[in-house]
Amino acid sequence: MNGSAPLLEIKGLHVEAVLPNGGIATILDDISLTLGRGEVMGLIGESGAGKSTLGLTALGAVRGGAYVRSGEVKLDGVDLLKGGPALLRDIRGRRVAYVAQSAASAFNPAFRLIDQVIETSVQRRLMSRAQARQRAIELFARLELPSPETFGEKFPHQASGGQLQRAMTAMAMCARPDLIVFDEPTTALDVTTQIEVILAVRQAIREEGMAGLYISHDLALVAQMADAILVLRHGKMVESGSTAQVIEAPTADYTRRLIAARNLRHAPQPERPPLLELKGIAAGYGNVSIIEKLDLVVPQGRTLAVVGESGSGKSTLGKVICGLLPHRAGSLAFAGRRLEPDMHRRPLDDLRDIQMVHQNPDLALNPRQRVGEIIGAPLSRFQGLRGAARDVAVAALLEQVELKPEFAERRPGALSGGQKQRVCIARALAARPRLIVCDEVTSALDPLVADGVLKLLARLQAEQGVSYLFITHDFGAVEALADHVAVMRHGALVAAGPARQVLNPPYHPYTEALIRAVPELRLGWLDGVIAARATQTPDRRST
Amino acid sequence: MSLTDATSRPAAPSRLSGVPVMLAALFCLACLVCALGADWIAPYGEADLVAMPWQAPDLAHPLGTDQLGRDMLSRIIFGARTSIGLSLAIVTLAFMVGGAFGLAAVTLGGWADAVISRVVDLFMALPPLVLALLALSVSGTSLVTLTLVAAFIASLRVFRLTRALGVDIAARDFVDVARLRRDSTARIMWREILPNAAIPLISEFGLRFVFAFLFVASLSFLGLGVQPPTADWGGMVRENVGALNYGRLTPLVPAAFIALLAISVNLIGDYVVARRGGAR
Amino acid sequence: MTAILAKRLAMGIVLVLLASALLFFAGELLPGDFATKLLGSSATPEAVEALRRARGVDAPALTRYLDWLAGLMRGDLGTSLTNGREIGPLIATRLKNTLMLAGAAALIAVPLAVGLGTLAAIFRDRLFDRAILVLSMVTVATPEFFFAYMAIAVFAVNLHWVPSISIVTAGMSFERMWPLLVLPVMTLVITSCAHMIRMTRASIVSVMDSDYVGTALLKGLPEWQVVVRHVLPNVMSPIAAVVVLNLADLVVGLIIVETIFAYPGMGQLMVDSVSKQDITVVQACGLIFAATYILLNMIADLLAIALNPRLRYAR
Repeated sequence: MNGSAPLLEIKGLHVEAVLPNGGIATILDDISLTLGRGEVMGLIGESGAGKSTLGLTALGAVRGGAYVRSGEVKLDGVDLLKGGPALLRDIRGRRVAYVAQSAASAFNPAFRLIDQVIETSVQRRLMSRAQARQRAIELFARLELPSPETFGEKFPHQASGGQLQRAMTAMAMCARPDLIVFDEPTTALDVTTQIEVILAVRQAIREEGMAGLYISHDLALVAQMADAILVLRHGKMVESGSTAQVIEAPTADYTRRLIAARNLRHAPQPERPPLLELKGIAAGYGNVSIIEKLDLVVPQGRTLAVVGESGSGKSTLGKVICGLLPHRAGSLAFAGRRLEPDMHRRPLDDLRDIQMVHQNPDLALNPRQRVGEIIGAPLSRFQGLRGAARDVAVAALLEQVELKPEFAERRPGALSGGQKQRVCIARALAARPRLIVCDEVTSALDPLVADGVLKLLARLQAEQGVSYLFITHDFGAVEALADHVAVMRHGALVAAGPARQVLNPPYHPYTEALIRAVPELRLGWLDGVIAARATQTPDRRST
Repeated sequence: MSLTDATSRPAAPSRLSGVPVMLAALFCLACLVCALGADWIAPYGEADLVAMPWQAPDLAHPLGTDQLGRDMLSRIIFGARTSIGLSLAIVTLAFMVGGAFGLAAVTLGGWADAVISRVVDLFMALPPLVLALLALSVSGTSLVTLTLVAAFIASLRVFRLTRALGVDIAARDFVDVARLRRDSTARIMWREILPNAAIPLISEFGLRFVFAFLFVASLSFLGLGVQPPTADWGGMVRENVGALNYGRLTPLVPAAFIALLAISVNLIGDYVVARRGGAR
Repeated sequence: MTAILAKRLAMGIVLVLLASALLFFAGELLPGDFATKLLGSSATPEAVEALRRARGVDAPALTRYLDWLAGLMRGDLGTSLTNGREIGPLIATRLKNTLMLAGAAALIAVPLAVGLGTLAAIFRDRLFDRAILVLSMVTVATPEFFFAYMAIAVFAVNLHWVPSISIVTAGMSFERMWPLLVLPVMTLVITSCAHMIRMTRASIVSVMDSDYVGTALLKGLPEWQVVVRHVLPNVMSPIAAVVVLNLADLVVGLIIVETIFAYPGMGQLMVDSVSKQDITVVQACGLIFAATYILLNMIADLLAIALNPRLRYAR
């Protein structure tokens, strides 16, 4: 073994993939990086940037039809790409381990967790079974899993998402590898669960002295986990350097925009009278009650942000307001008139006044219709426009959402995620609504694209005076748009009021927990959290 | 998402080669032309006795003659009309009935959906051939019964598919959007749901056609389907079985046509699905 | 989990009952009067009446259905409409023959199909896999009688290795019987394998593409260990279900194969009775076929439940 070589050295790596139509796509283009022992490097980029592919090559693996065209991936000076299958099997698990994004599907459903966690160590004869079990239990404790002695006896379906993600980290660490590749390990988790996982993982990495490649699309999160950062875009390196350097003095324009994307702030606006009022609303499906006794107000021309974690009932609230899910109790008042619970009984004017923009534009746009038809349908229904007049109106709406008029001829499949979401917004605007219910409209989008959509929504509100009920789990989006904020948990209101009041001390404890759990884009934020926790409650072994 | 070693270069993706599909399409086309123009194309009449029984193929009778001395080629051409026509009628009927009930179950929901679905479950829990044999023993062997029974059996699967597709598509947000602007149910079906169900429904039509076609052939072969002297491929196999004892392969000729048509339709179906991959 | 099993079992019994009701009351719809038909138009009204009474056709339908059910419970399948003979003994020997044929076919087809399907999955997208896929597509689309007559033409007529018809009789010795079974078993194996191969391959491929198999590969386990430790335990349940489902289809495929080879089994009896419109025999045979089909489908369901760790170990 070469003592002076860095732990991982990637040089001039080109990865390509064969497309289903026989063409070739470049996934990684001339990537180089160096990682020393015990160092953590963050790989950051939007979807399709190639960061997961890069992570997997550290284990000498690729997914679905990809292959390495040229370049080197050296572990301790030995090129993994030239060693053949035997070398790859030898280093996998033992020297380089992998933590997947979705631990729920990465564990074999047929076996108890402990048997999977110790599998590498036992099958590769690195430890005896008893030693490996002891080691796993230590790791469970270190990763703050509940009752570490018995936790491993669970089957994967018996543990929560946050627990599985930590168990997967324990599985990677068990054989004491030199390097662990974390592939978006917390992306699927709620913020309050995410913070627990990253705290535990960060501590464990430090104590075990392992190196890491930490892949994420969240720059603020990576800044807490990594010593160095590599920014990728479209398979190319945009910028690399120490975390401090990249965060505080970025050189590439793209990195600067990524950092700025987190900093949209909404200026306080004068108060306006209410447009929509909810009083004592209760709703649910079958015997299950989702929302209980909810009171909310959306003012005219302003934004009410409804914030909560998964299962808080915030999306159900959107359906209730649109009349898709009739409420069981309470009342809805809109511009002084009463709204029927069931959309079928609402007059057409009420349907026109309230429009909706959904989370996933792929489900919200009919893939078989052209954009012109999609935006034209509400124009015909609500404005009575036909033929050439409708085409002109469609073009005008496309311009409002910053798309070219030619888009009218395209189908959704030919658009990017951000463009699709803009078409959804244009469709909502076509009705000339007074209220748009935005249900997690930015959560399926990459940060910069989401940023663009948020700016668009702010501009449209300023120009047209439309109100938003903005449902989200993302405090960045709240800060960018909200005049008022309502925090929901388990179907009930935890806190509500003007944004300044709800989002600043004195907080409601749950609001505070939510806000504190969102990683901030500054060095040492996580250390601050750890320090603060050390002085507070000692027990946080849950979730 | 299959994982491979980065060192191994993947093979080029497999694609359905166009040549077999072209041949399959040509064969289907030829069968259709024969079915439509049997009266003009066939060299002899459907029931004309033109030579000795089970004659070997020659220029006058390229496929030989059958057990009564009728021209096999002409019988195959007329048989195409019966076999394909009957199968198309069955599948069309099945799609009308199964599709209508499927859409009704989706739109009505609740009780209506539960009742229709349970009844379909009951009939699908029974072997189709047993159902058909029961119906034929009750009403005797007639073309009408045969068509109705086969259509009923096929409609069960069409119902399930239509309902599943409908439920899946109706749950997508763009259907909510259409409902929220008060588009009529008919308009939502026609403009929002149907275009998205088209590809799976078309491929199901192909599958159901093959199934109905083989089903009718089997029943005719059992002597319970199309009755003589009408030419029908399954029945022709049965009629000519005796030829085997004289070393003639006559019954294999209609059997081969049955197999070729079924394979061709399947090939085309697979090709359409592969071309529009992931349309579902 | 016991609750789920009990529910499935109860559902199976209800289905068999409903099937019996369907079979019985379908018989009631029989247009025309069987007695008149049977005795010919020259029969005297008295003779017709006597025959009707003898067969118990004049009681109300529901009473006769319940009688029929009660008879079934005792193993009494009633009497044939056309010749008045007891159906029970008639079916008993034929059932035995049918089970023998189906059993022999299953014994060969199941290991063959599962083996070929597994190999196709392991050699995915290579020549072997593509050849298997093409072959199975061809056999799925080809009717039983094509293979059967092809086999007869080659092995019986040309080569004289085995007879072309397979009339087995009671008390036949094994040495004399097995050549009779070769062609029917071969036909059944060919036609029932294709589906099983495709479904086995699909089950294995979906497990091999799963994230947890990726995890196992990234642990550096050798490929055979990945297959034995991670793939096999998870494909057992889908493959078991595939096998049982296809056995159900095999039972139905028997009806045609028995007719082709004049094999004295239940299927041939049923087809015969349909052409004679002997509804009571059709009902009895139909019920046995339907009950077997329902039973096998239920077993497939139960296997899938029993082998699923999510249901074996509740949260």
